[in-house]
Amino acid sequence: MERSPLHSLHLELGARLAPFAGWEMPIQYKGIVSEHEAVRNSVGVFDISHMGEIEITGSGAGAWLNRMLTNDCRDLGDGEGQYTLLLNSEGGVIDDLILYRMTPERYFLVVNASRVDQDREWMRQHLSDGVELTDRSGEFGAVAVQGPGSASLWAQLAPEYPLPSRNGIVEFGAEGELILCRTGYTGEDGFELFAPTDRIAGWFSRLIEAGATTCGLGARDTLRLEKGFPLNGSDLDEVHTPLEAGLGFFVKLDKPGGFIGREALVAQKEAGLPTRLAAIRLNEKAPPLRHGYPVVGSDGSTVLAELTSGSLSPGLGVGVGMAYLPTDYIRPGTAVFVSIRDKLHPGTVVKKPFV
Amino acid sequence: MNVPDHLRFSESHEWVDPAAPGAAAIGISDHAQAELTDVVYLELPEVGRQVKKGEAFAVIESVKAANDIYAPVSGEIVEVNSALAESPEAVNEDPYGSGWMVKIKLSDPAELNALMNGESYREYLS
Repeated sequence: MERSPLHSLHLELGARLAPFAGWEMPIQYKGIVSEHEAVRNSVGVFDISHMGEIEITGSGAGAWLNRMLTNDCRDLGDGEGQYTLLLNSEGGVIDDLILYRMTPERYFLVVNASRVDQDREWMRQHLSDGVELTDRSGEFGAVAVQGPGSASLWAQLAPEYPLPSRNGIVEFGAEGELILCRTGYTGEDGFELFAPTDRIAGWFSRLIEAGATTCGLGARDTLRLEKGFPLNGSDLDEVHTPLEAGLGFFVKLDKPGGFIGREALVAQKEAGLPTRLAAIRLNEKAPPLRHGYPVVGSDGSTVLAELTSGSLSPGLGVGVGMAYLPTDYIRPGTAVFVSIRDKLHPGTVVKKPFV
Repeated sequence: MNVPDHLRFSESHEWVDPAAPGAAAIGISDHAQAELTDVVYLELPEVGRQVKKGEAFAVIESVKAANDIYAPVSGEIVEVNSALAESPEAVNEDPYGSGWMVKIKLSDPAELNALMNGESYREYLS
């Protein structure tokens, strides 16, 4: 089990730790609901040191990345980032990630902790001349600062390091001494801060002293689910395509040269998508939804799918979840049931986001 | 942690108040509610159900997970705290008061002797 460079601080802060993607990470400090609300209403800070960082450099870096990833990185200028996906040849999702262009010959990829090894090996297998891959995951600690007050808190704390604009990245000092990215996974304004593992604790402490509420991965999950953001390994997998996941906006089928998985996506689009990742909200106060609960059709007996994600929405006070439903069932307003401990609870397919 | 001396405690952190009005009341300890945090839903048994000591007879859910609650004693459920349907947070805020879950008519009062008193439970937690 890997430990974050912030591990001892978490223990001092009374965090509850649990295994996540091979890391022992804080699930919560004071409670998921209050941490969730801190991010929606003010500022929260999360340890995301488990996230992976991969650097792609060389004269051929941009052209090669464009063949590996679904989005079109020709849209990026220096200091800009985009959400994109790494697919297998069948169009299934190996990982979803953020790609930043530092310079035309240097790109910074922030990838999921659970997929660092697969990503690196898959990319290495496909590496071409003039492109170098460096897995820098062990060099960085990282925190996400999220919430409507993030930018003003940071401007007070470190005016010498101005934040980039939305989806942007800025690097201060040499070799990643401090990297700021204006992204997040909560649906609120905020940024992610990357620093060498021996520097991250200083930033984390200063952010807490400045008023950011410490938040664990429990709140990170309810925040992203309320916004309908998929979680790799739950809502995204190597079987379903990004088109089924509703991520078609980040898939540029027509970019020149194509990308790995494109043919499968084109064929699927022509044949018609078998399923779509739908958002399901329970109609009444009921148990929270959980990964794996069966979704049942309005006849009360046909099992349509299992939830890929589920929780209680702190914002709505009802259970919310997502599932790959047959396309006949994905229209907002469609009535479904979710089976919880063999009891059917009425729910409705709704448009994302939930909140 | 608050551990009242007039209650009896199980190893799975339920409490029994044998002297509660009407019948013995059951809930979960302050320690258990602090471990669960943010109780958001309770599934309580129906009145009239017979439960056996050690049987999972209720489900308590936090945002993160669902957990079983085990009967600390055997008997018939004679009352459930229906207010918890609307305000499950009472289990966090007042675990020994308004957070009580069910009342049970003991079928074997001698089972109480096998439960811990306040002093033993404090020791058990330390």
